[in-house]
Formats: sequence, C-alpha cells, structure tokens
Amino acid sequence: MTVLDISAEIPAPPATAALRVRRALRDGVTVARRNLAQLKHQPGELVGALIFPAILVVLFGYVFGSAIAVPGGGNYREYLMPGLFAMTTVTGVLGTMLGMATDAGRGIMDRFRSMPVARSAVPFGQTGADILVGALAMVIMVGCGFVVGWRAHNGLAATMAAFGLLMLLRYAISWVGAFLGLLIGDPDTADQYVPLVFPISMISNTFVPTEHMPAWLRTIAEWNPVSALVAACRDLFGNPGAPVGHEPWPLAHPIPATLGWSFLLLAVFVPLAVRRYVTMSR
Amino acid sequence: MEPDDRSGAEIAIWAEGLRKRFGDTEALRGVDLEVPRGKVCGLLGPNGAGKTTAVRILATLALPDGGRARVAGYDVVRDAEQVRYRIGLAGQHASLDDKLSGRDNLRMLGRLYHLPERVARARADELLERFELVEAADRVVKTYSGGMRRRIDLIGSLIIAPPVLFLDEPTTGLDPRSRGQIWETIRELVADGTTVLLTTQYLDEADQLADDIVVVDQGRVIASGAPDELKAMIGNRLDVVVRDVATLDAAAKVLGSVAGAEPEVEHGDGRVSVPVREMVLIDVVRELDRAGVVVADVALRRPTLDEVFLRLVGAPAHDTDGIREEDAA
Repeated sequence: MTVLDISAEIPAPPATAALRVRRALRDGVTVARRNLAQLKHQPGELVGALIFPAILVVLFGYVFGSAIAVPGGGNYREYLMPGLFAMTTVTGVLGTMLGMATDAGRGIMDRFRSMPVARSAVPFGQTGADILVGALAMVIMVGCGFVVGWRAHNGLAATMAAFGLLMLLRYAISWVGAFLGLLIGDPDTADQYVPLVFPISMISNTFVPTEHMPAWLRTIAEWNPVSALVAACRDLFGNPGAPVGHEPWPLAHPIPATLGWSFLLLAVFVPLAVRRYVTMSR
Repeated sequence: MEPDDRSGAEIAIWAEGLRKRFGDTEALRGVDLEVPRGKVCGLLGPNGAGKTTAVRILATLALPDGGRARVAGYDVVRDAEQVRYRIGLAGQHASLDDKLSGRDNLRMLGRLYHLPERVARARADELLERFELVEAADRVVKTYSGGMRRRIDLIGSLIIAPPVLFLDEPTTGLDPRSRGQIWETIRELVADGTTVLLTTQYLDEADQLADDIVVVDQGRVIASGAPDELKAMIGNRLDVVVRDVATLDAAAKVLGSVAGAEPEVEHGDGRVSVPVREMVLIDVVRELDRAGVVVADVALRRPTLDEVFLRLVGAPAHDTDGIREEDAA
C-alpha cells in the first residue's frame, strides 16, 4: 500500500493572531460538526426531542387549557404558544449540559486537551451545534402551533424579531448549560439535575398569568427571564395576554429586558465555561 | 540537570523533580525521568502509584506543582502548544466519541490537528487499512468490543505520526489476544522510531515492550533500569521439584543451608525455590542426594519481574484475576 507522507502536512502553531483566530473558528466548526454528526447515529433521540413539543401542545392546549382563563380575554392556545416557544428555548439548556458532562466524563475531553485544539473550540462548538438543533426544534413547535390555530399577527419584521429573541436567549442559556455540564463533569450526575428545568420554565407567565400567584412567588415569576421572553413574544406576535400596565419593569419593557438578560448571561457564562474547560482537572 | 539538547534530538522525554498534590494526597513526590529518542520506557507501579499523574503532566493535561519537564525538546508548561503538536496520547479510558463511527472519529481528529481536509481523510483511511480495522471502520464506536476500541483509540493518537507517544495502561482489562494485538501495534510504532512512555501494572507487558523500566510507588521512583538489570538486582533463583512430596521439608532444609536464604515451599507442586547468588547447582544436587531426596526437576532461572516487583514494593503488582472477561468474545 502507499504510505501517505504526513510530515510535510503537519502545521506548526499559528504564527499570527489572525491565523490563531482562524484556527479557533475552524476548530469550533469541527466540534460543532461532530456534535451534529452524533445525531445521525441516534435518530431516536432527535425524534424524541421533536415529539415532546407536540405532546406539550396537546397537554396544555386542550387538557389544562380548557380550565384556564386568559387575562383580557382571547384564545388560550394563542396565549399558550409563546409560552411553549419559550419553554423549548429554556429546555435547550439540557442538551448542552448533558453533552458537555458526557464529554468531560469520558476520555475524549482529555484527548482534545492533549491536542493543539483552540481552548475555546469545545464549548463554542457544542453551543453552536445546539443552537442549530434548537432552531429545528423551534420550527417543529411553530408547525404544532399552526395546527392548533396560533398565528403571528404583527407582520414579518415583528415576527422575526420575536424568533430572534427566542434564539438569542437560547444561545445564552446554552452557555449556562455548558458551564454546568463542565462543573458536574459526569453524565449520570447531570441526569439528576434535568427535572430542575421545569420549575425554572414554569414559575413564570408561560402557562398561566402571574397575578393570582402568592406575592413572593409572583415576584420570582415576574423577574424570571423566561417571563420577559414570553411577554416580549406575546407583544411581538400580537397574541393575547400582553402587558396591561402597573407591571414590574421587566414585564412592562419585555424586549429590552430579554436583551439585557441574554447579554448578562453571555457576559457571565461564556468566560466561566471557557475558563472551566481550560483549568478543569489540572 | 536539564539537557543541553533543547531540540529533543537525543532525549525525547525528560523530567526532573516532578511534584503534584491533590488535596492531602501527594500523587508525585519528585519524579525524575529520561527517555532517549526511539526507546520505550515502561512506567510500572501499583494502582495509585502516580503513573497516570506523571503522564498527564507530560501530556500537558495537568500542571506540576514543582519540577520541570521537557517533551520533544519543549517545556510542558511554557511551550505546551508546541508539545501538543508532537505527542499522541491514548488513555486507559477509551478517548473516542462513542456516538461516531471509527472513521469519523479519526477524520475529526485529523481536522483538529489542522490537517487539510483531503489529508485528514486520507490519513484516516490509511491508518484503518494499516492496522486492519477497515471492516469495523463505519460502525459506531459504541458497538465495538473492548479490544477493538482500544486499538482504534491507540490509532487515534497516531494521526500526526507523533514522535512521542504516551500510552496510559493501554491493555488494562483486555483479554490476552487483544493485548497481543496492541503489543504488536506498539512494536511496529517503535520500529518506526517513535519514543513511547508506557504505564502498566502488568510486569510481563513491561518485560515484553520496554527498553527501560521505571518502578514507581507512592509517587516516587524506587528503581529503574533495563528489565535484565532489575532482575539481576535480586539474583537468580533455583527451583527444585521433588518426586515425593513427603521429602519436601528435607529438600527445603538442604536448599536453605546451601543457598543461605529462606526457601519458598509450594506444597501443591512439590516445588522448593530459593534465591542464589552464584552457581551452587552441583552442591545442591549432591546434598539432596545425600539427604535421600529424589528430584524430578532442577532449574536455575532468572527471576520474573513479578518477583522483582514484590521485592521492591513489598506487594504484588496486581491481583492475578485483574483481567476482566469483557473482551473474551
């Protein structure tokens, strides 16, 4: 057989900052491709992740929804869908957390770290792949919404702005997941934390108005970033349940509040996750 | 002293006074190492001796608390990135992506070494072919047997044909056939001029592969040298097998007095074994004859590394049933 002469092809460490950035981007793309390629071999997981939203629509839209009154009137399922879009966004934290914890618990992260791979590539690649999966999940959820009668009423620009906010907060939250996954460091332990995502997504205005909650819980719900996101989406889609005055600041100004939360989470958790990746088990 | 040889042309792996502490545990308490280029060094020791910690520091995964080390001519702390372009690491835990095929894993690693896409693909195919893993190449790694997984993991560390290779317990938990295949692969690499640092708790593995053996225990080097030198440290042994087990005690007495050392008696085999410093074979046979012991077999032999290890560490290197059955199929 012919033997490939590899010696001529082995690159040296990058000589310039520009080359270093290019390498880092390429490494991030390679890791993201790997995370997406994993789905090719386990279509079951993907299908499960996509059926889940449909179940939620039926469960909340028809089972619970039949007993819930929308503040200011309106169709409950129109009220519900922005909440379910936001829930899809928040549960995105799980995929990133489990993915990172799995890598950290197996030897593959050690292998990456013994290679000249950009230190930021693994967390950036993982979150990059997750945002693509998240976009797919959102498309499925929108399809479910259309089936049950949900519509966006305020034109293309407002609609795109709403999905932009959903994706932005999802990306920010996936960095929280990346940090938690690296912190926990093994997939079995990470599994134990999965149910915690439900109170975070449900102690909010996602499924029911906050006004009848006990005062302390109401405060938590109103300051939950999820509530700001849901309120912003209802506003931009023109769905019922939009703010009607004397609400706390994040719900009265849901769009700046969502942007603020997203950038705050990114500013805190991107450096934390990258730092954790670089220094763990050293 | 730090070698003048900063290019790593002669000394591929060099370490001086490596220390590492995890909480209250001192994993390394000043380890020195020197592996000439193209040689295999076996780092031998029981579980928890500090073998893996030493490899992690040399492979730039962990930072030493004290001491210095150079690999392929570069400092593992200051020039970690240079080191990473020159080493391969295969751990005792299969460090591949379970959810990808073997081929996709190798291609991904090639890309992460910044090989051009065309080269990354060709290199993956070449390695699979050379190590006869083509048939399994397109199956997901999760479905591999333990032995096959280790082999493809080992191959994953060869993407850039690194001049220095770290193998952390490459055959722990494998059945004998799979171990033989891994050994074969390592021998091929060494024939190509690769320098290998191998950790193992199997003495026969070190004996088979290593040019030099460094025995570590509780974070310290307690002996080092070529396998034969280590064996010579405790001298030859004389084994006598008696025909009638009833004469075993008499035989033990004779061997004890001739060799001047405490004999080991194995009743099951009817065997007496004693360390001897010089040729005493004729004396032993004459004295046994005089004591009326009928001998079935007499042999003068080199000690096994197990016996060396037992002497140095005061405990067996591993329990004999440590090999799991998982890969027997």
